[in-house]
Amino acid sequence: MSEVMPDFQLARPTTLDEAVVALATPEARIIAGGTDLNVQLRMGLAAPATLVDLSLISALKTLESSTSGTRIGAGVTLADLASDERVAAYYPAITEAAALVAGPTHREVATLGGNLCLDTRCLYYNQSHWWRKSNDYCLKYQGDICHVAPKGNRCRAAYSGDLAPALMVHDARLEIIGPDGIRQVMLADFYREDGADYIDLKPGEMVTAAVLPPPKGPSGYRKIRVRGAVDFPLAGVAVEAEETKDGKRFTIALTGTNSCPIMVDMPDVLTDDPNAFFANLNKAVQKAVSPQRTTTIAPHYRRLSIAAMAARLARELV
Amino acid sequence: MKRIVNLNVNGRQVEDVVADSLLLVDYLRDRQGLTGAKKGCDGGECGACTVLVDGRPRLACITLAASVDGAKIETIEGQAKNGRLSALQRAFHENLGTQCGFCTPGMIMAAEGLLKSNSDPTEDQIKTALGGNLCRCTGYVKIIRSVQLAARATAEATQ
Ligand SMILES: Cc1cc2nc3c(=O)[nH]c(=O)nc-3n(C[C@H](O)[C@H](O)[C@H](O)COP(=O)(O)OP(=O)(O)OC[C@H]3O[C@@H](n4cnc5c(N)ncnc54)[C@H](O)[C@@H]3O)c2cc1C
Ligand code: FES
Ligand code: FES
Repeated sequence: MSEVMPDFQLARPTTLDEAVVALATPEARIIAGGTDLNVQLRMGLAAPATLVDLSLISALKTLESSTSGTRIGAGVTLADLASDERVAAYYPAITEAAALVAGPTHREVATLGGNLCLDTRCLYYNQSHWWRKSNDYCLKYQGDICHVAPKGNRCRAAYSGDLAPALMVHDARLEIIGPDGIRQVMLADFYREDGADYIDLKPGEMVTAAVLPPPKGPSGYRKIRVRGAVDFPLAGVAVEAEETKDGKRFTIALTGTNSCPIMVDMPDVLTDDPNAFFANLNKAVQKAVSPQRTTTIAPHYRRLSIAAMAARLARELV
Repeated sequence: MKRIVNLNVNGRQVEDVVADSLLLVDYLRDRQGLTGAKKGCDGGECGACTVLVDGRPRLACITLAASVDGAKIETIEGQAKNGRLSALQRAFHENLGTQCGFCTPGMIMAAEGLLKSNSDPTEDQIKTALGGNLCRCTGYVKIIRSVQLAARATAEATQ
């Protein structure tokens, strides 16, 4: 790995207003916990003129919960999120996903905002500068072709954040602040299927919080990874089970298999024939994903695993 | 860009000029001569660079020195007091919790972070807390045992 950090100026605002001003400067980039961005800076994957450090902004660190819902500040650390009893009681998928991000020392500083905005990942991208240079770079950064799908015209890097699907099954909205004020967007609409342009965040904008309505039912999160204790999801799945008047309805969201986290279309409710239902659920998940050769683990294995995890988790929630 | 930072390093107050892009691990190793924190992977994957920042474990290789301005930094060099090893250092030494020693400073600092918040951890809690620290020698069993024995020794000493 390259020893050289690029030269940049670090801005350390203490209020949101100061942060918005700092972000309006040319080539400014947000740094929160830095557990992903600092790695990328070392690899030459970014060269910001200014880094805007959010860690001193106390307004981003609040977690409020009431009967009308829950608001989690973008600066809340994953260690705090994973140990919050209210979140565990209402949104277990979020607790489980937070506790499975990276390792315990990362989670001490890693934030919700950094996790949701986490850059997409690929075998050909998360490499040192000399490695990428000797491969003529790639479509996502400094190059012209995607080595995963050379005939295609878009980057296939995989979105690999754990928290997005867990928040999506609970209908989370994002609160975003920028030069034009505050706006809200459904988390599911925040992402797009393009590894090089995966989130709807305009220059100068930042995520301030995730807002959750009261839960509709119990939920959970499962993932597979190469290193059991510390690793990005090869595939991850969140499921929420809602009791409706027609029967149990499942909401399923996936990560690690596409360039953005995705929701699975599951119109049916649990029928009298659970075996057939869960076999269909398994098939629906297999159909929804399109894992690519972005990791050392075969796409087909990731497809089968995520479908099996989804069906097993849904069964556990019945 | 450069700035002045004030840090408390192993109990000593220091004021220093650092580049905004300087990493904490480079500051500690190159500027303070504290080479206990190791660069194992240099990318947040191995835990060899673990130090305590305000009492909590932190990966110094992916932390900007300027971002911990005002903090209290503890490294392996500050663990022995008046020539006496800390409970964890002694336990690692006596129970083969350390072999080649490369992972040891990080292991001990991560374990120190755990014991500061939980003086009587279960085996699972120890495994979770040290989950981000790689060791290529010991096979981890003796490390976990060392942490358990250090916790017990501290409890007995304070009884
Ligand atoms: C060894 C290792 C293992 C890892 N394993 C996992 C894993 O299993 N699962 C996982 O999901 N992640 C993993 N990560 C990545 C990372 O640790 C987490 O995703 C973490 O939550 C990122 O949060 P952060 O605050 O450190 O983000 P940073 O590194 O500070 O930022 C990440 C990105 O988000 C942007 N950003 C940060 N905050 C905001 C905001 N409020 N608004 C807009 N943009 C923002 C930054 O500009 C940057 O592009 C791993 C990292 C390492 C080094
Ligand atoms: S050197 Fe910091 S985690 Fe490996
Ligand atoms: S003792 Fe050699 S790496 Fe742990």
